[in-house]
Amino acid sequence: MPETLVKKSTSKKKAKSTKAKSKYSKATYLKWYEIMLRVRKFEEKALFAYSKQLIRGFCHVYIGQEAIAAALTTAITADDKLVTAYRQHGVALARGLDSKSCMAELFGKSTGCVKGKGGSMHFFSKEHNYFGGNGIVGAQIPIGTGIALAEQYRGTKHLAVTMFGDGAARQGALYESFNMAMTWKLPVLYIVENNGYAMGTSVERTSNVHDLYKIGSSFDMPSEQIDGMSPEAVHEGIERAAKHIRSGKGPYFLEIKTYRYKGHSVSDPAKYRSKEELQSYLDIDPIVITEEKMLNDKIATQKDIDKIKANIKAEIDEAFEFASNSPFPLGSELYDDNYVQEDYPFIMD
Amino acid sequence: MSRIINLREALREALQEEMRRDEDVFLMGEEVALYNGAYKVSKGMLDEFGAKRVIDTPIAELGFAGIGVGAAMNGLRPVVEFMTWNFAVLAFDQIVNNAAKTLSQSAGQYKCPIVFRGPSGSAGQLAQQHSQTFESWLANCPGLKVISCIDPADAKGLLKSAIRDDDPICMMESEALYGLKGEVPEGEYLVPIGKAAIRKEGTDVTLVSFNKMIEVTKKAAIELEKEGISAEVIDLRTIRPLDHETLVTSLKKTNRMVVIDESWPFAGVSAEIAYEMQKYAFDYLDAPVTRVNAADTSLGYAPTLVEEYLPNPSKVIKAVKEVLYVGS
Repeated sequence: MPETLVKKSTSKKKAKSTKAKSKYSKATYLKWYEIMLRVRKFEEKALFAYSKQLIRGFCHVYIGQEAIAAALTTAITADDKLVTAYRQHGVALARGLDSKSCMAELFGKSTGCVKGKGGSMHFFSKEHNYFGGNGIVGAQIPIGTGIALAEQYRGTKHLAVTMFGDGAARQGALYESFNMAMTWKLPVLYIVENNGYAMGTSVERTSNVHDLYKIGSSFDMPSEQIDGMSPEAVHEGIERAAKHIRSGKGPYFLEIKTYRYKGHSVSDPAKYRSKEELQSYLDIDPIVITEEKMLNDKIATQKDIDKIKANIKAEIDEAFEFASNSPFPLGSELYDDNYVQEDYPFIMD
Repeated sequence: MSRIINLREALREALQEEMRRDEDVFLMGEEVALYNGAYKVSKGMLDEFGAKRVIDTPIAELGFAGIGVGAAMNGLRPVVEFMTWNFAVLAFDQIVNNAAKTLSQSAGQYKCPIVFRGPSGSAGQLAQQHSQTFESWLANCPGLKVISCIDPADAKGLLKSAIRDDDPICMMESEALYGLKGEVPEGEYLVPIGKAAIRKEGTDVTLVSFNKMIEVTKKAAIELEKEGISAEVIDLRTIRPLDHETLVTSLKKTNRMVVIDESWPFAGVSAEIAYEMQKYAFDYLDAPVTRVNAADTSLGYAPTLVEEYLPNPSKVIKAVKEVLYVGS
């Protein structure tokens, strides 16, 4: 494990738990493995499609951060709300959006989850309580806080999971939101996916405070740093936080230390980091580690794994075909969904 | 039946009536609860509705505007009060990038029924940062509707319509005119968004204005009447969508138009109206559409600077005489 990964390292505990009987079921491991593989293969196909100019605009892939997506499928409920940033394909898939509608959205097709209006940065699905990928760094932090306010207002037990990257942790919106969320004890789970770099600028170059979880302490917000390369660790962290929030005690802040194996976006060769650093994280690829663990600990068989691999490959191939064969929206659809008012008088001259 | 009340009371009635009508409506902003509102619009509302629905915020415009957007996306109908629209500049990211775009980004899945409201424009010698208008900034952005009105009866009806509207709305009031009195009907009524009001009928020239400048315009019209010039006065009330039809109809009658707008001149509401008139009523124009705006400068503190900066009746009268080609 790279030495920078987690200050309050869980690596020893993890090593121990590998030997002991795992506390998670086969079904859980297979679920984690399946979503991680779905995200990885989806993203690899997206990069391929981008290279063929089938996907245009910005495209920020989730490769390397899949353990977080895995935990989101088991540590929160479908009724919980979630909003995140623009590196969001994996999170949307974890919420249950299907790979066809997501791939079609990347292609800008009318069959996409937002009808070709959003592209890579803006998937939404009300059905899945997915409040979107937001393209303005940190802008979703107040939004998630407001989603939480509405839950509290209605007296539900649902969380508003509000995710953002390490770059967003330096935005003023975060400090304003943390302050109000704690003051009003809102049911919000803040998750910073700290992949080490805000575009090309490392966390260390953006502040004197390098451990982002410490930001919570100035608001007396319970905060911790967890290993984002391990689905078990992320699941446990989110579960702990969710329990705290659902008991009515207010917000919780998790710094999930992760890594993106690719550049910030498709056009970024990531020259600001060393090959050694990248390799140290490739060595702990959550998909590889989980696969090895399942086999070593006899949680699942090679057959189980091969079946998932084959299914995912077929699913992603199908998504690619679906996206390729879908039509673009009509130009006139530009005028749809700007206003709820149906007869809004647009300026047309 | 009607009675005379002032603008702040009319706005308060709108908020109270809508909050009694719909549990999902709540008010949040700086000093709205315990302090009873910086300008007393929300006086007594904490007592009636409690702290859950009348929420004092810290001074964090970006944060609480965004919290309002999130709450609206999640099914509530927030009214977010800015102590002045000048402070709302800090929140423009949430208004422009989120409130305005959520419906489009989500292809209709998440609407954002929110009202951002507060006073706009100069209010005495408040200098550069506290005297600005933002109607044209916000009306430039598709997805938003922009209301700017100081007539107590109409402001009440418009605010009620705004709270019930499923689209995000920016509503501009006036710090200087919260005490302005007017006849306000008893009982339930709504004023439609997107419709101008003709405040005075006339035949020689159309004067178009909104918010506080409508008072300046009405004074000018009275003076012009004494000189035998019959001015029609139109109060836009809503900036976006603009009531194109009322403006074109009036211009076709009077053949001359002056726009009185407290905003800066460049790319402002007055510029948009002038464009629309030359495009849709070119053959009816007997003179170029002209305008009286705030000066194309920042506003200074001294009274002489304020006088120089703002439109006033004599500047309006001068512009009217220009379009009528009569000497002053």
